[in-house]
Amino acid sequence: MAEFLQFLFSGLTVGAVYAMVALGFTLIYNASDVVNFAQGEFVMIGGMVTVFAAAAGLPLPLAAVLAVLIAVAVGLLLHALAIEPARGASAVTLIIITIGASIFLRGVAQVLFDRQAHGLPAFSGDAPIRFMGAAVLPQSLWVLGGAVATFLLLYLFLDRTLLGKAVLATAANRLAARLVGINTRTVMALAFGASAAIGAVAGILITPITLTSYDAGTLLALKGFAAAMLGGMGSPFGAVLGGLLLGLFESFSAGYVSSTYKDAVAFVTILLVLFAMPSGLLGRRAVERV
Amino acid sequence: MQMRAVLASRFFSLFVLAAMIGLLPLAFPSGYYFRVAALVWISALAAIGLNILMGQAGQVSLGHAGFFGIGAYAVAIGPAHLGVPPWAALVLGAALSGILALVIGKPVLRLRGHYLAIATLGLGVLVAIVLTNESRWTGGPDGMPVQRLVLFGWRVAGAETWYWVSGAVLLLGTWLALNLTDTPTGRALRALHDSEVAARVVGIDVAAYKLRAFVIAAVYASVAGSLLALMNSFITPDQAGFLHSVELVTMVVVGGLGSVLGAIVGAAVLVTLPQLLTVFREYEHLVLGLLIMLFMIFLREGIVPSLRAIFAARLRTRAAG
Amino acid sequence: MSLLVAQDLGIAFGGVVAVDGVSFSAAPGQVLSIIGPNGAGKTTLFNLVSGLYRARRGRVTLNGEDVTGAQPQVLAAKGLSRTFQNLQVFGRMTACENVMAGRHLRERRSLAADLFRLPAVRRQNRETRAAAEELLAFVRLGERGDTPAGALPYGALKRLEIARALAPEPKALLLDEPAAGCNAVETTEIDRLIRAVADRGVAVVLVEHDMKLVMKISDRILVLDGGRPLAEGTPAEVRANPDVIRAYLGPQHGREAAHA
Repeated sequence: MAEFLQFLFSGLTVGAVYAMVALGFTLIYNASDVVNFAQGEFVMIGGMVTVFAAAAGLPLPLAAVLAVLIAVAVGLLLHALAIEPARGASAVTLIIITIGASIFLRGVAQVLFDRQAHGLPAFSGDAPIRFMGAAVLPQSLWVLGGAVATFLLLYLFLDRTLLGKAVLATAANRLAARLVGINTRTVMALAFGASAAIGAVAGILITPITLTSYDAGTLLALKGFAAAMLGGMGSPFGAVLGGLLLGLFESFSAGYVSSTYKDAVAFVTILLVLFAMPSGLLGRRAVERV
Repeated sequence: MQMRAVLASRFFSLFVLAAMIGLLPLAFPSGYYFRVAALVWISALAAIGLNILMGQAGQVSLGHAGFFGIGAYAVAIGPAHLGVPPWAALVLGAALSGILALVIGKPVLRLRGHYLAIATLGLGVLVAIVLTNESRWTGGPDGMPVQRLVLFGWRVAGAETWYWVSGAVLLLGTWLALNLTDTPTGRALRALHDSEVAARVVGIDVAAYKLRAFVIAAVYASVAGSLLALMNSFITPDQAGFLHSVELVTMVVVGGLGSVLGAIVGAAVLVTLPQLLTVFREYEHLVLGLLIMLFMIFLREGIVPSLRAIFAARLRTRAAG
Repeated sequence: MSLLVAQDLGIAFGGVVAVDGVSFSAAPGQVLSIIGPNGAGKTTLFNLVSGLYRARRGRVTLNGEDVTGAQPQVLAAKGLSRTFQNLQVFGRMTACENVMAGRHLRERRSLAADLFRLPAVRRQNRETRAAAEELLAFVRLGERGDTPAGALPYGALKRLEIARALAPEPKALLLDEPAAGCNAVETTEIDRLIRAVADRGVAVVLVEHDMKLVMKISDRILVLDGGRPLAEGTPAEVRANPDVIRAYLGPQHGREAAHA
């Protein structure tokens, strides 16, 4: 039981990060149909900027805020300089553009920072909390709490604000949204900014546990993408569900089977799910119109 | 009009390629250039295969380096662990890639768009993970040495030799790919790319043809992987990794989707650029990422189709004037 | 004798019944038209018959054989072909290649032979091209064979689709609004084409809004309304049917009735 709880907590912690990355994918995808492979780089920026700003003497909370602001700026620039000029390009072209952006951002991080792995001190100390025989790191609670706060904020934003409704309307039907006077370009920029912020928050929260480096984003982006697909592309709830499921699968298979193939779990899962349900768990089934 | 027909004919493309392979060495100041050019031919081979899947059939694969890796490790593991001669290992690797593509392609190719992208991506990453983890067979993340290729007592070694060998294989691969375009198979692939429903309604078994394109592309990538491993005498799992898959896709798109010559040009760009960029060393990723973005934003149709359009417009104005 | 028979077909999308209990039979050499207001389920009916949708109930037989639920490519091999209301041409291929692709089932297909482009493949290619050019000439597109289909005007694309649908030499042909968006000259052209196709012994099923064309060309007419059959008969019978006039043409007979 203690073992089970242990795996459950570590699975939820990692899963919360995957869920946040997947949520970032979904936001951008809904607003613009772009699958943003640079999503993992937002996570990297969040972690790396915090590390280096803190090392430069900034208090941790300020360093974290700075990291989020820089990530948002990068997200907005990515939209304005790389996505907007390529409007109307094919899906493959757009995917390659965002992969190019991901390689570029990694290159910039490598030059600006370094090639080492970096950690942050845990926010509330390293003394594990005992819970029914399992040891939980306080930082895990920070990650889970941060993720829940992010989801709630996003939900309130989409559900309660006019701007949020504009985002939902754009996701549902871009042309119709434009016809009723929504500036879809602003909505897309907003989606990139918000995705970057969510990614950066995930990066800041997880760095004390997993460390970060200039190339930490690649695998996170792939797994986040898998999580978004698992839930069904375009569904925010699906993204969260997919992320948590992936984290749990990974943790339990590493704990009970073998950790050698921990990274393979996400991809085996997504392949099996797609074979059984070609539109993901919560995806809409499309009827072909001819 | 006639000039355009010539430009589009497959003999023209083959002739240009053969002339390039034959004449380029005259301009090479050192052996290093032979090596880089051989790398271009090998990547081009993989890109041409992928182009049949992406350019003709319109199906994306973000995991094609997986097949490249299978071919590469076949010629490494076969001779080292199983006593299979390298040339036979190359053939076995290609067969294995083809069979894997056949088996896994069936469920994967039912998916569309982004779902197809993530499934193929997962497939490629899985191959890379297996190659990295099974270190008893593969040497793990550090890679493993590859025995020299010996053909009928001829030891294939040296940059110049590999230049000609890879060039010859590329010519063969190009010839086969060009052959396919204007045949029942080629037409079926291009038809289902434009409209799957219409293709089905005229009797084209869409699933079967997608699968054929997938298998062909896998075999091309596998052979290319084998050649690279044999030339370098060394192989690492990076060759099967996600980044290499992206490079292959970028070659096809940068050169021009659907254009065989384009795939070769794309390979040349993607292979030679990093070689030039080594001067910048730590700026390499930065510049590479930037260039990929710029190419995709400003040369969306790809280099060869864009050039063709410019050339055709020139011919028209000249004919008019 | 009927070639293509649909019995009691029905389908619903998320609770909305699109087609409900529709039957028809089409005979070789005859033109059966299916008419009805927008949303009457005409295109859905075509999608059911041609295997793109799976019917919830009912049966389709082709040449006496039960083909209910068969895939489109299987139906094509058994002699059923169709065109699409919103064009489905192969835009990146030339007009001639479009029709050549339509000859797919009539070609010997071997991947190995294609890869090596054996002499047999080249010979067959010439035959396929000749057959395609003949069909292009039949739909008066003989001059446009080398034009990329994406660059052809709308009216030409409509005829190109007919040529491609004829390429497999079908026994039954479903035409979905072939004259929609065409001008008077083009419509006359389509009219001539349909008659010529039927005269070759093909069973033609036509969905069309142009009443003048329908009344002139049809041997029989089936009227749908709200997914259900409303009336069936010869053009004269349908024109005189009070239900049809009320439900479809409007109580005051409407403009189209006057035209017809």
